[in-house]
Amino acid sequence: MVNPLVCVKRVVDSSSEVVLTEDGQGVDGRFAGFTTSAHEECAVELAVRIAAEDGGPGGSGATVLTLGDADAVEQLRSALAVGCTAATHVLADPQAYGPADVAREIAAVVRDHAAAGTAHDLVLLGNDAADSGDFQVGIRLAYELGWPVVNGVSTVSVADGVVTAGGSGPDGHETFRLPLPAVVTVLEGGVEPRYPTVPGRMKARKVPIEEREPVAEPVGASRARLVLPPPSPSTVQVLGEGPGAAPAVVDLFERLGVLAR
Amino acid sequence: MADVPTTAGIVVIGAGIVGNSLVHHLTRLGWKDVVQIDKGALPNPGGSTGHASNFIFTVDHSREITDLTLDSVAQYQEMGVFTRSGGFEIARTEERMEELRRRMSSARAWGIEAELVSPAFVKERVPFIEEDQFIGAFWTPGVGVVDSLRAGTIMRERALATGELTVVPTVEVVGLDTEDGPRGRRITRVRTTGGDIETPTVVIAAGVWSPKLGDMAGISIPLTPAVHQMISVGPCPQLAEKEGEISFPIIRDMDTFCYERQHGADMEVGSYAHRAILHEPEDIPSIEQAKLSPTEMPFTSDDFDPQLEQAYELMPELLGAEGAEMRYAINGLLSLTCDGNPILGESEVAGLWTAAAVWIKEGPGVGRAVAEWMTHGHSEIDLHHSDIARFHQHQKRREHTRLRTTESFIKTYGIVHPAEQYESDRDQRLAPMHDSQAKLGAVFFETAGWERPFWYESNAALLEQYGDAVMPREHEWDSRWWSPIINAEHLRMREAAAVIDLSAFCIFDIEGPEALDVVQTTCVAQCDVAVGKVVYTPVLDAKGGFRSDLTVMRLGDDHFRVVTGGAHGMADRAWFTGHLPEDGTTTLTDLTDDVSTIGVWGPRARDILSSLTSDDVSDEGFGFLSCREITVSSGSGKGITVLASRISYVGELGWELYVPMSRAAELWDALLDAGAPHGAVPAGIGVYGTTGRLEKGYRAYGAELDSERTIVEAGMQRPKVKAADFVGKEAYLAQRAAEPQSVLCTLTVDDHTSASGTKRYMLGGEPILTRDGGTLTDGHGHHPYVTSAGSAPSLGKHVLLAYLPPSEAVIGNELAVSYMEELYPVTVGSIDATPLLDPANERIR
Repeated sequence: MVNPLVCVKRVVDSSSEVVLTEDGQGVDGRFAGFTTSAHEECAVELAVRIAAEDGGPGGSGATVLTLGDADAVEQLRSALAVGCTAATHVLADPQAYGPADVAREIAAVVRDHAAAGTAHDLVLLGNDAADSGDFQVGIRLAYELGWPVVNGVSTVSVADGVVTAGGSGPDGHETFRLPLPAVVTVLEGGVEPRYPTVPGRMKARKVPIEEREPVAEPVGASRARLVLPPPSPSTVQVLGEGPGAAPAVVDLFERLGVLAR
Repeated sequence: MADVPTTAGIVVIGAGIVGNSLVHHLTRLGWKDVVQIDKGALPNPGGSTGHASNFIFTVDHSREITDLTLDSVAQYQEMGVFTRSGGFEIARTEERMEELRRRMSSARAWGIEAELVSPAFVKERVPFIEEDQFIGAFWTPGVGVVDSLRAGTIMRERALATGELTVVPTVEVVGLDTEDGPRGRRITRVRTTGGDIETPTVVIAAGVWSPKLGDMAGISIPLTPAVHQMISVGPCPQLAEKEGEISFPIIRDMDTFCYERQHGADMEVGSYAHRAILHEPEDIPSIEQAKLSPTEMPFTSDDFDPQLEQAYELMPELLGAEGAEMRYAINGLLSLTCDGNPILGESEVAGLWTAAAVWIKEGPGVGRAVAEWMTHGHSEIDLHHSDIARFHQHQKRREHTRLRTTESFIKTYGIVHPAEQYESDRDQRLAPMHDSQAKLGAVFFETAGWERPFWYESNAALLEQYGDAVMPREHEWDSRWWSPIINAEHLRMREAAAVIDLSAFCIFDIEGPEALDVVQTTCVAQCDVAVGKVVYTPVLDAKGGFRSDLTVMRLGDDHFRVVTGGAHGMADRAWFTGHLPEDGTTTLTDLTDDVSTIGVWGPRARDILSSLTSDDVSDEGFGFLSCREITVSSGSGKGITVLASRISYVGELGWELYVPMSRAAELWDALLDAGAPHGAVPAGIGVYGTTGRLEKGYRAYGAELDSERTIVEAGMQRPKVKAADFVGKEAYLAQRAAEPQSVLCTLTVDDHTSASGTKRYMLGGEPILTRDGGTLTDGHGHHPYVTSAGSAPSLGKHVLLAYLPPSEAVIGNELAVSYMEELYPVTVGSIDATPLLDPANERIR
């Protein structure tokens, strides 16, 4: 059985204007709210699909993991609501834990779960976190575990002990095959993450969550503060008014690829 | 950015349902040069209208809210944006069924088609509901959904078509300038991100942002943005196979405080069950910062989870259908106020109006009513519960709104007793004798922030003395927030005397060379009386509806004192202030916090007062309807100068004694001490406001009297009309010349026995029907309902007041009152202001 493990992070929804906290240490989520990044939502979707096909009827179940403060349980419940069946919460301040620290903590969970009888042969992560954007955890985790890793793919499937991962590369579509166990980081776009159902959400409430302390204190570089780049200049071009503007709108849509030429 | 005009006849801030309705009705009523601003883009600028669930249940226990809703429905229908779906309010408990029976009373009173139905009836129309989850339902076939954004656009376009409206979206108001005048401040200018607009009139119709705009002009608009959670589940195959937005009736699951409303292939589930989640207007995100819109805040799923299970229990097949997902979930912001009513009308800054804390179901009606008010000085629908002038100082604090809405949010679908008291933010205004009252076991109710004793547990011993004459009530609902001690205090007052704290009165003096002119202009009764006379008078609006009823004392040639009830006192003060002359020579001074009032009434009242004063209080020396200062001795030996006024709202000999707050506790003790040998007891507002009043048929503003009622219909006309001009005179003269369309009558209940054998006592609001349950309709097309109900212990009867069709207003006419869906026989006892007790008013003399 593969028993996929998928790692998520509680981040501020960044689809609107980014607002920093007063101390500059994080992004203020009061207005936009908190979410799981789009890459990770796709990773969760892939984990749930792989688990469903894994280990006979009913599947093996996917485990979701996060490192974060107490509020991050919301992101675990969200993953449980769309089909994950177990959850692990490493309670720690995510601001203080750099990519190396996080990779070490994930590796510790993988080892401990294996020792307890659940071997995760596949660890899925998002390509990068929506807030810190470090692009490091996946590779550092693979190094820590001594497993192969492929980054930035958007489709993942498992058959006969082999992971097949696909994505677009500089020269076109790329397909990778890796032996299990392996680490894969996911870019959004390959699968459409499902929304929770009412029964799914209800079930998610009842799943017990494994809570654990970090195995080590954070080490290495830490964050000084975040700063916002100057707002990018926006220019408004009026395409016209009334029905007369229609050809210009159609032309624009064609150039953007919204409409086929 | 659109061009902002530099001047305007009127500026309307806000392009939600209220602002759009206002610009339509204002231009329709002839307003020129109207400018409408919103900081958002059109047609959905990002306020609460944009995410509203847009369904309308028409029956509310409040007549004012129901009338605004019915008018709104008519307007939505005329615009072609109303879809009738029908709606059920379902009951999971017997207690809720009783509340639904009470809702039937309101439906009958307001003339709205409704019926109590079985779960099977619901199942037939909503096949995916689980019948075994509830025991009955209240069915309103006229419930429906509207497209409020489309309605807003239609109304704005109609206003634009008059050529008098300029719409300026994406411009934010950054300041409201005022200037001082003799009668206070007035609005002069609106500052915006697109330039300043000089204007004499502004309406704040900015929903959840309104308090922030009010602050710019230094006025309080006491509402708070609050979260209402809503999710959308779909696509559900049971819904997807139907054409259009809505094919199934809306379900309000009253006991779990949530609703299920079809929206195309999705089912929207909304909740009022979660904790009150309040925001400050300053903390609402800007359009750029918001993920969806400023008033669609991030969903907090933990708060919603318990609701989800209850909704699922009710509709498992639908909400658990294959492929049905939760694709949209928000913490939607809406506006709540401390008393649940909107905030409408002109603020203390002249020319600065508000129309806020309004729901979709009332939006167009509010727009019309406020536009009428701005144009004519009054509206067709009485709006006194929503008047911004109603707020007392303590209610203008944000803290008060926060505490009260936290308490009331969970009651949105709750079962709220008509006399129910708030628990939070009490003890705002304490009478000087509060400690003494607390020691006497006073049970305090709140009026205008004042803690008023409704009865005193110290009088419990009287219950035994009077036995069944105290008319005990067997049913818990009928006796909730009530005590038979009230009736015992009443009987003791009629037998000996009672001392009543009236500190909550609102009192203001009008002084100056034009003082007589001010009171003559505002009051119907002749106020050009001798110094030392007391006048009871209606106050009318220009269309001849009641603004108030109150007493005026002439204290000097140029000095009048106005005394009115606390609840409506602030609006009365605003009304009189608005009628002061522009030159500033005549002033209004509020004495409410400086002067306390204590009443002493009963056959022994004169004995008690004369034992405390050497002044002449005989009938010859101190006649009825006169007032003057007397000196009352107190326990400390130092005399207290009080203004004594010989009037009565309970139908007994006695006085209201106006005393400085600093000496009121002394006077209270002196009256109780001197009264004890005469058998006097302290009595609460239960006697003053209900039992004593009803036996005498005295009308109360807010119950029998409001702007939709006339002096003639209330049976309060005097033989003559004074020569001097006054507001509403023309209308009043016309009313006197015409036949009344309805007549205020006093009825008594002949038999209280219900089908189960329990005796039931009506509390007010119930419909009056023919003896066999037939509907009655007056000349206005309205149906009679009980405006006040209460015990009349001296008559041994339960008394009801109601406006009846003139043909039914016949003494001895046998009718029925419907209470909790059972009929009780009643008989008309009086068809004018003639009291049932002591019709010749001999006791007062």
